[in-house]
Amino acid sequence: MPEPDRSSGEIFSVENLTVTFKTGTGDVYAVRGIDFSLASHEVLGIVGESGSGKSVTAMATMGLLPRNAVITGSVRYEGRSILGLSEKELAPIRGAQIAMIFQDPMTSLNPVYTVGWQIAEAIRAHQDVSKEEATKKAVALLQTVGIPNAEARVSDYPHEFSGGMRQRVVIAIAMANDPTIILADEPTTALDVTVQAQVLSSLRTALEQTGAALLLITHDLGVIAGFADRVLVMYAGRPVEVGTAEDVFYRPAMPYTHGLLGSLPRLDSDERQPLRQIPGAPPSMTAEPVGCPFAPRCPLRADICETEEPPLRPVGLSGNGAGEAVGAASGHVAACHFADQVVGMPVASMFPATSVDQEEVAS
Amino acid sequence: MTEIPGLSPGEERLRIGTTEAGMHTIPSVGPADPRSAPDSSGLAEESRGQLATVVWRFIHSPMAITGLAIFAFLAISSLLVGAFWHYSYTAITNTLNAPPSWSHPMGTNAIGGDLFAQVMHGTLQDIEIALTVAVVATSLGTLIGATAGFYRGKTDTLLMRFVDLILVIPVLAILIVLANKVSKESSDWFYLALIIGLVSWTYVARLVRADFLSLRERDFVEASRALGATNRRIIVRHMLPNAFGPIIVNATITVALSIVLESTLSFLGLGIQPPNVSLGLLVDQGQDSATTEWWLFVFPVIFLVILILSIFFIGDGLREALDPRKSRVRA
Amino acid sequence: MLGYIMRRIAVSIVVLFLATILVFILVAESGNPLAILRANPHIPRATILAREKLLHLNDPLWQRYWIWFSHAIRGDFGTTIAGLPVEPQLISHLLVTLRMVILATLISIVLAIAVGVYAALRQGHLADHTATVTNFLFLAAPTFVIGLLLKEFVAIPLDEHANTTIFYTSGDQSPTLTGSFIQRVPDYAAHTALPVITLILVTYSSWAIYQRASILETLNSDHVRLARSKGLAPRRVLLRHILRNALIPVTTVIALDFAAILGGAIVTEIVFGWQGLGQWYLQGVTTLDTNITLAYLLVTATFVILFNLLADIIYAYLDPRIRYD
Repeated sequence: MPEPDRSSGEIFSVENLTVTFKTGTGDVYAVRGIDFSLASHEVLGIVGESGSGKSVTAMATMGLLPRNAVITGSVRYEGRSILGLSEKELAPIRGAQIAMIFQDPMTSLNPVYTVGWQIAEAIRAHQDVSKEEATKKAVALLQTVGIPNAEARVSDYPHEFSGGMRQRVVIAIAMANDPTIILADEPTTALDVTVQAQVLSSLRTALEQTGAALLLITHDLGVIAGFADRVLVMYAGRPVEVGTAEDVFYRPAMPYTHGLLGSLPRLDSDERQPLRQIPGAPPSMTAEPVGCPFAPRCPLRADICETEEPPLRPVGLSGNGAGEAVGAASGHVAACHFADQVVGMPVASMFPATSVDQEEVAS
Repeated sequence: MTEIPGLSPGEERLRIGTTEAGMHTIPSVGPADPRSAPDSSGLAEESRGQLATVVWRFIHSPMAITGLAIFAFLAISSLLVGAFWHYSYTAITNTLNAPPSWSHPMGTNAIGGDLFAQVMHGTLQDIEIALTVAVVATSLGTLIGATAGFYRGKTDTLLMRFVDLILVIPVLAILIVLANKVSKESSDWFYLALIIGLVSWTYVARLVRADFLSLRERDFVEASRALGATNRRIIVRHMLPNAFGPIIVNATITVALSIVLESTLSFLGLGIQPPNVSLGLLVDQGQDSATTEWWLFVFPVIFLVILILSIFFIGDGLREALDPRKSRVRA
Repeated sequence: MLGYIMRRIAVSIVVLFLATILVFILVAESGNPLAILRANPHIPRATILAREKLLHLNDPLWQRYWIWFSHAIRGDFGTTIAGLPVEPQLISHLLVTLRMVILATLISIVLAIAVGVYAALRQGHLADHTATVTNFLFLAAPTFVIGLLLKEFVAIPLDEHANTTIFYTSGDQSPTLTGSFIQRVPDYAAHTALPVITLILVTYSSWAIYQRASILETLNSDHVRLARSKGLAPRRVLLRHILRNALIPVTTVIALDFAAILGGAIVTEIVFGWQGLGQWYLQGVTTLDTNITLAYLLVTATFVILFNLLADIIYAYLDPRIRYD
């Protein structure tokens, strides 16, 4: 096995990943070419609506997609290619180096084994310890993620826990072997808002304790805001904006990102601002889109948008006398023909408000 | 602690179809984990818009189409033969025990009867009985099951104990008693169909009850109640359409099951009586000549098995069309 | 748990006796069992009348039932119409049937699970399609058809070809059989083979279809995906997370299907001429013998109730989410 390549600080890199599902009724182009990388200890947030391909991306990297998925591109962990490896070859990496957290805590845990047993199983799969030791570690892990009365609860079954607590158990399992990377696929989507906060706090603890990098996948920008160093926005199977959290939140360069941000309720705004909505729905990925896939819903739609799909370009490159502008240096890229104009536009001028009484608001 | 209040774990698990002369179970709604999927086969609340999808899926399932084609062929040809073939099923000719020939495509039996006419009439008779049973069993079962599942409490307990009463005896055993009594009073096939229906409704009832118990807890029922809908309206307009899928699938299984039961009864001498014919009776009559006059045995057997098989295919196709699991391929 | 079992048994016993009332009425109201004798001019009327009195045939229904009931709960099942005691017949026929049924059930279980698992793991391949088609075939063919086919087209040609009897097609043992148990086993085996195979083919098929669907469902479940993502060895995932979960539904189906097997045994006994419980019952019903009929009913219903209870217990043991209050 080649020496892990830590030269660039990158421990995980995905290049030009595409995923196509072959179904009885035709092909579904779920992911159409995504690149990203993770450096150690970094938190990368992948944001997008349902159907944007974000979950599929994560599953593809770990080899957890169904048989009818055709995957191309490359996925490297510490320099070593892991795409296409067999179950047996992937086993030492999964759970030990790269751990996953899934969306639905109600069905993620096996109902017939106790919680402690399932955590201990994860531990003993990669560490040479006895059952008693593993159980002790399991108790400690439960305490870490904030399950009260862990000593007693370690021998309880999953159905005796609430959804939020079950998700914390899943986090405990992910932490168990001090992985280098944790992939969290919509960890809070299935939970109430109040419980979300608890689960996210457990996730934060997990990161602090293990020092792992985190790939956080969600549709909730609010969740990203508190966590991510960098953000990747996905739409129709492709990244449409990538940058630091600051860049993406404060200087969005793609209308879709604008729309996402505008639909977020904000506690910090003084005026009463109505929520903005993006009209229409994301396209179904049964055909390769022609032109920019966001065009039908985009307020800045122009002719070129219908014919040419914009590539990811550094923001601030064109039209700025400073040449290699701020955007390029911080790695801020966007897929829009009008990215530079979009930066700084107020969202109110781009998308309609959600409430019906628009006259009321305008007056 | 079950998720569907009032449903015992045994009954939750029984939300599956049945077959054979005594209740072998086949997965009509799939062996879903009763805890996580207690509702009717994944049908969403919008049941109307799905009709087109279901039909499309059904048409594109080779199994379903084959079954439907075979069944239609059997039904239509048995009707046509009955009307136009120059031998009736009771006709007696002078050719005894003749092997298949052009004039008698399936040969003749010991008294000169044309086997082709008999097999065709037997097929027709079996289909008639089966459809009658399905109608009786499904309506009765749905009525009782829906009532039990919707009203719960004492009504439910009473009705379900009644179901238990019937089911504590092997189905064939109870049918033997009933058929024995009936065959003494009348030889009309309708009464035979009636008694088979009287034992078959129990499976439908259990299934519908389980569906209703879970549907009852769903939000759309609460919503319509909040809007002031009467109980009957809720049942008929909201809950029944959602339970429709499994009911239909179960109805097809009931059709197949009733043919099995009727042919078994006829084989035992308690079902269809001569001069009337059914496929089971023909098999019974032909069994001793299986190695000598093979056509007397082989043709009825083939038609009987193909008839039942075609109905199973239809049922399986319906089940897939309503709740497709085909595309789930393991990772 | 214990309370639940007790209550279930209590209710079941009530249901059981209600069922006996129902069946009694049906059989008793079907006619006079001595009608044939009556039609025979050679038998003096006095004899017939005396016999009728002995059998209480002219008493009111409820009284007749009470006579049976009050004796039955003390273990006395009365006599047949011909005057022979029911109990010894019941026991000897029961043993014959049990021999067939227990063997068939055990082998069916193994076969069903093996075929179901194999077909599921090879989903979409030829093995899966073949298994599914044969499953459906055996499912669709009624028991008597399979029995007759085996008898006429397997046993008889085979026996003729080998010029000796490998498979007996009639009876559960040779009439002149003697010797120790070990010496008698080959004869038993030769007689038992075909009926048992018939029952197996009919029974395993529905279970196998069910098991296959159960495995497929589990294969795609979230908890299996988590297990894989934990980095467990594939074999461990298969045994501990797939099979362990997917076998649960089918175990209860098997237990609940026992009544079906008993029903199938009736037909198999007729086809192969076994002097078993089912054949005895059929004879009892057609001769309108209430004592035979009710005795059969009590025995089979008791088995059904026991197995239903067993199903619940097994399920509770295997699935910790089930708790009976």
